[in-house]
Amino acid sequence: MATEGPVELRSARSLIWARRRATLAAHWRTFRRSRQGMIGLTVLLVFIGFAIVGPMVIAPASVEPATASGPITAPPSLAYPLGTDNFGRSVLSLVIVGARISLLVGFTAAFGTMLIGATVGITAGYFGGTKVDTALNAFTNWFLVLPWIALAIALTAVIGPTLVNVIVVIAITSWASTARVVRSQSLSIKERPFLERSRALGAGNWHLLSHHMLPNVFPILFSSAVLMVALAILSETTLSILGLGPAGAITWGQTIKASFNAGAMSAGWWWWLIPPGVAIMMVTLSFTMVGFALDEVLSPRLRER
Amino acid sequence: MLRKVLQALLTLGFVLTLNFFMFRVLPGDPVGLLAKTDRLNEQDIAELRNELGLDQPLAAQFVTYVRGTLSGDLGLSLRSARPVGEVISSRLWPTILLVGLGTILSTVIGIWIGIKGGWKRGSGFDTSTLMGSLALYSIPEGWLGMLLLLLFSGFLGWFPAGGYETGDLTGTARVVDILDHLFLPLLTLTLGYVGQYAIIMRSSMIDVVNEDYITSARAKGVPEHLVRTRHAVPNAFLPTFTLIFLNIGFVLGGAVVVEAVFSWPGIGQLTYDAINKLDYPVIQAVFLLASVAVLVCNLVADITYGYLDPRIREA
Repeated sequence: MATEGPVELRSARSLIWARRRATLAAHWRTFRRSRQGMIGLTVLLVFIGFAIVGPMVIAPASVEPATASGPITAPPSLAYPLGTDNFGRSVLSLVIVGARISLLVGFTAAFGTMLIGATVGITAGYFGGTKVDTALNAFTNWFLVLPWIALAIALTAVIGPTLVNVIVVIAITSWASTARVVRSQSLSIKERPFLERSRALGAGNWHLLSHHMLPNVFPILFSSAVLMVALAILSETTLSILGLGPAGAITWGQTIKASFNAGAMSAGWWWWLIPPGVAIMMVTLSFTMVGFALDEVLSPRLRER
Repeated sequence: MLRKVLQALLTLGFVLTLNFFMFRVLPGDPVGLLAKTDRLNEQDIAELRNELGLDQPLAAQFVTYVRGTLSGDLGLSLRSARPVGEVISSRLWPTILLVGLGTILSTVIGIWIGIKGGWKRGSGFDTSTLMGSLALYSIPEGWLGMLLLLLFSGFLGWFPAGGYETGDLTGTARVVDILDHLFLPLLTLTLGYVGQYAIIMRSSMIDVVNEDYITSARAKGVPEHLVRTRHAVPNAFLPTFTLIFLNIGFVLGGAVVVEAVFSWPGIGQLTYDAINKLDYPVIQAVFLLASVAVLVCNLVADITYGYLDPRIREA
């Protein structure tokens, strides 16, 4: 404990947090300069607002097939700005309510992907060159070559299309690329002197992994997580269109699927088919733009170009 | 090269094992699900289990499965009672036509855009195509297909609403008819993937543009268009080339959705029908087939890459 130093240097821990806050602030300043990133972030915040507030404002009964009271497949009007579906539900309400579960699937699936990918990647990288690495790496490569959609279809068909299963399936089918990126980053961190220094001071594997490897792969993990959310939302849509989406839930993908099943294309019900797809497109595009901007913030090599 | 083939075989072993256990061991038991949807009684279930060999010990089932698969016996479709191998091979051609043409079109156009944009980074062409590529990448293929159907078939009536052909046509008229049906699914698949190739080609062009050998080519007085076509493009093309092959799995995935949307009678539609009818042997076989296709493509990419890039060959 340094008692005679400046006030903010009370302990090693507070020192670390002060440094982290400073880095975060610097990153935010860089991020704010990226127009792309800021546009993406704004759009995302709007949709997250929908996801939180939407279901509170919109009466659940009005988006329930049995209790919806609107006209059947009516084109846009003042009362229903985006028309209605075949149950008489307002498409606008469906899109707003759908934001919640669509984003939930995106975030949780991305989180699961990162969890598996980071665990496998860091462990493989940390034990680089040993049998553990060889085994984990082979496992990762296997999952990397498997065509995700075929695996996702097979898995969902077997375990059944529920909300939780869809999230699990997306995570299981997409962690491999994260693991590979994290592994190669970990391999290079492992060789840096501070790790050896920490080991010389008596740090065990667990401490090294959790206190030194993880914080150092975190930036790369974070920007790939953001891109992963976009991918997960697209995956949910694809599964929904194939009839393997979260059964009974209102998501953008399920709304698209419902309009497809009802024959919206030949019947010309554009107000039903288009809005959920536009929502998906805006959200995935925003996540991608934020992800790219983060990439630039977090990897100096890109920034200089 | 032998090592690579061995690696591919090992991966194939993994795929077989996964394929087997996924359909036997996971909590959602296929026969149980079937029983639920079809209201089968106890005796039917027992018979079905017996027919599928599900009443034997797991190890014995596994041996039977691997032996059967390796000799080309993929079991019987639960719905049509025809051999799965036969069902699949009757659907291969439309998928090869769609995925093949889609891959060629999207790579050629994407690479052209990437070269042009990456060479003059930040130009009007570059910024607009980059935005376009990102937007295309963010659109779910299935929805894009529905959108095109809505516009070109529903409203304008220019193209048929789906299927492979109208039937009872022969000769040139039949070819024209098939092309008419092919146009929209092909457009969907091409638009769905052109963005990715453009982005990747662009970023490898940007990497190459700053290399020393480009500067020295210019210093030697090589004309600008030759610097681009002879010095930059061949080097930038290498990473994209591998990616085209690695991407086959994704294009196949996109094709499943696109075929389902346009009722294009290929493997994808077959899968879609199998999902809706819970025809597990077909789903299982499609997973195997898709994995093998991707494995073969990876192997081809690995081997050709060695020939294209001498640095890899020596390493």
